[in-house]
Amino acid sequence: MNFSVFLVSYFTWMILTSFTDVKELIVGFFVSLVISIVMKKYYRIKFDVKFPIRVIKFVFVYLPVFIWEMIKANFDVAFRVLSPSLPINPGFVKIKTNLKKDSSKLALANSITLTPGTLTLDVKEDTLFIHWISVKTLDEEEKKKKIGGIFEKILKGVFE
Amino acid sequence: MITVGYFLIAFGAFFYFLGGLGILRMPDVYNRLQAGTKATTLGSFSVILGVGLVNLDYLPKALVIIAFIALTNPVGSSVLARASYLKGIKPTDKTKVDEYKGGDEK
Amino acid sequence: MSVVNYIYFILVGFGVLFSFLRILLGPTSADRVAALDTLNVVLTGTIVFLALVFNNGLYLDIALVYGLLSFIETVVISRFLEGKK
Repeated sequence: MNFSVFLVSYFTWMILTSFTDVKELIVGFFVSLVISIVMKKYYRIKFDVKFPIRVIKFVFVYLPVFIWEMIKANFDVAFRVLSPSLPINPGFVKIKTNLKKDSSKLALANSITLTPGTLTLDVKEDTLFIHWISVKTLDEEEKKKKIGGIFEKILKGVFE
Repeated sequence: MITVGYFLIAFGAFFYFLGGLGILRMPDVYNRLQAGTKATTLGSFSVILGVGLVNLDYLPKALVIIAFIALTNPVGSSVLARASYLKGIKPTDKTKVDEYKGGDEK
Repeated sequence: MSVVNYIYFILVGFGVLFSFLRILLGPTSADRVAALDTLNVVLTGTIVFLALVFNNGLYLDIALVYGLLSFIETVVISRFLEGKK
């Protein structure tokens, strides 16, 4: 039995049903127990000592930056869609990343998709392929800084 | 609280409208995905959070739905963009550079 | 707050209309799937809003399952398009 999987599924069950109903809590306990025994080898969720620090970093450092970038991205899209001449200059570019783990790469790709003017197409080893709606520069360093600079630094602290 | 919730709902509805307009106006499938995904993701966040704020009983489940949309929506559009590139759909003529050439060789 | 209901349904109605036009017009099948993806997210949000309009919490569960199925649908159709050169 994998204790971390048990915790995650029990918590999700409690959010989806209720925190106070005794019957639901008992049923949820057994369901999560069975899931954590049967699905043992498919999950690699592991909590370590630094987990609370990561959650705090995620909520108080990553989320505000992410939401701010998303609002900026949406006003950018609104400006492009509503202006009569459609000011776009698209292109496919690639950037390199230093992140190693799969989960952090997923988070980086999602963040890039939701920030201004970029859409992740593919992730291969340590290279991200990106569709950029208005290509400004083709220089390696500049691209990296413009597209994923802040997120890479923050995610390194959160996930690795 | 309730006023803020209703304001967020109206704000989100505006971004849903922009997402539809972007899907209609942009010239090729990649730009359409850009406009559609971004606008509808923020719209969903805003509407669902607004519903959670107006009726506080719904808040936990609303937060679960928000987390779920934040995880799946970008992945879905990314998979779709990759599939249409590998299928060989031409980007619009305005496209300047293409460093993804050929995609990943299988 | 019926004013917000009117604003919401008018704006979302136009958004859904535009997405439907793209599904009808779309030159390639990828365009149609992109429009369908957008439409699914809009509908998920709208189902959550219906929970408020009808004052019934069950709609939240429906929205959760609908969102899950729409995501799987997008991914499966994309994989299918990718295989067919």
